[in-house]
Amino acid sequence: MALALLGAALSMAWGGREAFATFGWKFLISTDWDAVNHRFGALVPVIGTLVTALIAMLIAVPVSFGIALFLTEVAPAWLRAPVASAIELLAGIPSIIYGMWGLFVFAPFMAAHVDPWIDAHLGSLPAIGIFFSGPPLGLGMLTAGIVLAIMVIPFISSVMREVFLTVPARLKESAYALGSTTWEVAWHIVLPYTRQAVIGGVFLGLGRALGETMAVTFVLGNAHQLTASLLMPGNSIAAVIANEFTEADSELYRSSLIALGFLLFVVTFAVLVVARLMLRQMERKQGRA
Amino acid sequence: MSRRISFAALVAAAGALALAGAAHATDITGAGSTFVYPVLSKWSAQYSAQTGNHVNYQSIGSGAGIAQIKAGTVDFGASDKPMSVDELKQSGLGQFPVVIGGIVPVVNVEGIGAGQLKLDGPTLAKIFLGEIATWNDPAIAALNPGVKLPDARITVVHRSDGSGTSFNFTDYLSKVSPAWKTKVGEGTSVQWPAGVGGKGNEGVAAYVKQIRNSIGYVEYAYALQNKMAYALLRNSSGQYVQPSMDSFAAAAATADWDHAQDFNLVMTNAPGANAFPIAATTWVIMYKHPKNAERSKIAFEFFKWSLEQGQQEARSLDYVPLPDSLVQRIENYWKTQFKM
Repeated sequence: MALALLGAALSMAWGGREAFATFGWKFLISTDWDAVNHRFGALVPVIGTLVTALIAMLIAVPVSFGIALFLTEVAPAWLRAPVASAIELLAGIPSIIYGMWGLFVFAPFMAAHVDPWIDAHLGSLPAIGIFFSGPPLGLGMLTAGIVLAIMVIPFISSVMREVFLTVPARLKESAYALGSTTWEVAWHIVLPYTRQAVIGGVFLGLGRALGETMAVTFVLGNAHQLTASLLMPGNSIAAVIANEFTEADSELYRSSLIALGFLLFVVTFAVLVVARLMLRQMERKQGRA
Repeated sequence: MSRRISFAALVAAAGALALAGAAHATDITGAGSTFVYPVLSKWSAQYSAQTGNHVNYQSIGSGAGIAQIKAGTVDFGASDKPMSVDELKQSGLGQFPVVIGGIVPVVNVEGIGAGQLKLDGPTLAKIFLGEIATWNDPAIAALNPGVKLPDARITVVHRSDGSGTSFNFTDYLSKVSPAWKTKVGEGTSVQWPAGVGGKGNEGVAAYVKQIRNSIGYVEYAYALQNKMAYALLRNSSGQYVQPSMDSFAAAAATADWDHAQDFNLVMTNAPGANAFPIAATTWVIMYKHPKNAERSKIAFEFFKWSLEQGQQEARSLDYVPLPDSLVQRIENYWKTQFKM
């Protein structure tokens, strides 16, 4: 496993060597992406990847937690199995279907109802206003983040539901016997008992959100422009590669795309490592308390 | 036991089929442009019904098609962007056009239907540069007396994937606007100064239909099929021309092929009075001295059939047949340049 991983990373770094050699560190901080004049930089797609994945996780984690909790603690028994299988079925839908739904159904809805509201109500706020102002295109970082959230919710919530079921009944029942509410049981008994596995499930969703290609390509707007606004179109690493690989007609161009692939690998790895470290920090704190 | 027999029978049948195939037909393979794929697959089906020879075409993109023919893994490549004469000479390749298409600007502005908006090249370039930002800009209004243009922000829609459509469109803008040439230039994918990118013709068509006050560019067939509001363009002789089979064919007929070695000519901004300014073609690229002469010969027969008899099929798919003068020229080129 580790060898295969290393091999994949090395071969991508090797494929991208021409781009790294030509642009050096500027490849990471340049916003250029100009195939005509052979100037390439990765900043716009890297930021687009991180921002869309962040939006997706901000929405998907709480919603998935709610779904899992509902299905294990609250819902009547006859409802649990059908709803659980329905959610698992969602995980099997090809991502291009989400993309087409996003493009033909969800983006027009965002353009007509959500974007104008955000622009009017949040766009004029001081400091955070620039994140929420822009024309109501219906395409952009926010739309892509929400579509990604819908795509990763089945993954995260099924993992959460599975592990919530493993919590021994006597632990929960003791807590209920002491007068805990459902919420207190979830927060103080179920979640601490399953924390490792829950975080594993969140990572699974995060990995998918970072690398998702087709659905994002359809709704992100694919523009190589760096803007603060979440309503404006952006680009992501996977989308750039999928869009441009077939017509990459110079060595440097192709090499830059492979270098982007390598960066996606590095970004994903870095995000996972940071998350692990934060987790360890949390555990240490809890151990002391 | 019975299972073993049926397996053996299957192997024998497969072997017989393979032998039969080898004896009667040759499969030739090509790869490249997605633009030409629908017509090539239709030609291929008809041609194999008539002759038994199959043409297997993979629409993997022009850049990839050129890479494949250079690597020698296919019998012909197809590209929406011509290879330079030097590049062809280096690899021992030749190229010739096979079919013509047109690219039209499409808009989504309330109250403006197909053919009601008039634009010229420099204005179109300024819109795509982001310099003209609203529809009621004096530059647009001056070209459209009597048309009610809204005071609304223009959203530019371009292709997000590398494509021959973008190449021809940006080539045209470069020819008519020095500012576009220096700031952006021409290519299958360029650094667009403004707007959003849709994937493929269908992506651009969907975006333009959804985003109010937007402008994009698509292949003629997509504009027709999606009933989109295309704009008229002023050509180099000052006429506003409807995009149509005739105006694309006029562009192909009046383009200056005399001075284009290896057909290395992008026929945007063609000089004819009735020529639509953004017409495009796809070039087929083959070796002048092929390693496998027999397969190459079949490929030439296929393209000869396509140019002489397949052009009506092309018309039914909204491609434009090559003018006879151009077909003559191509057949001459084959005789003089290729070892068949």
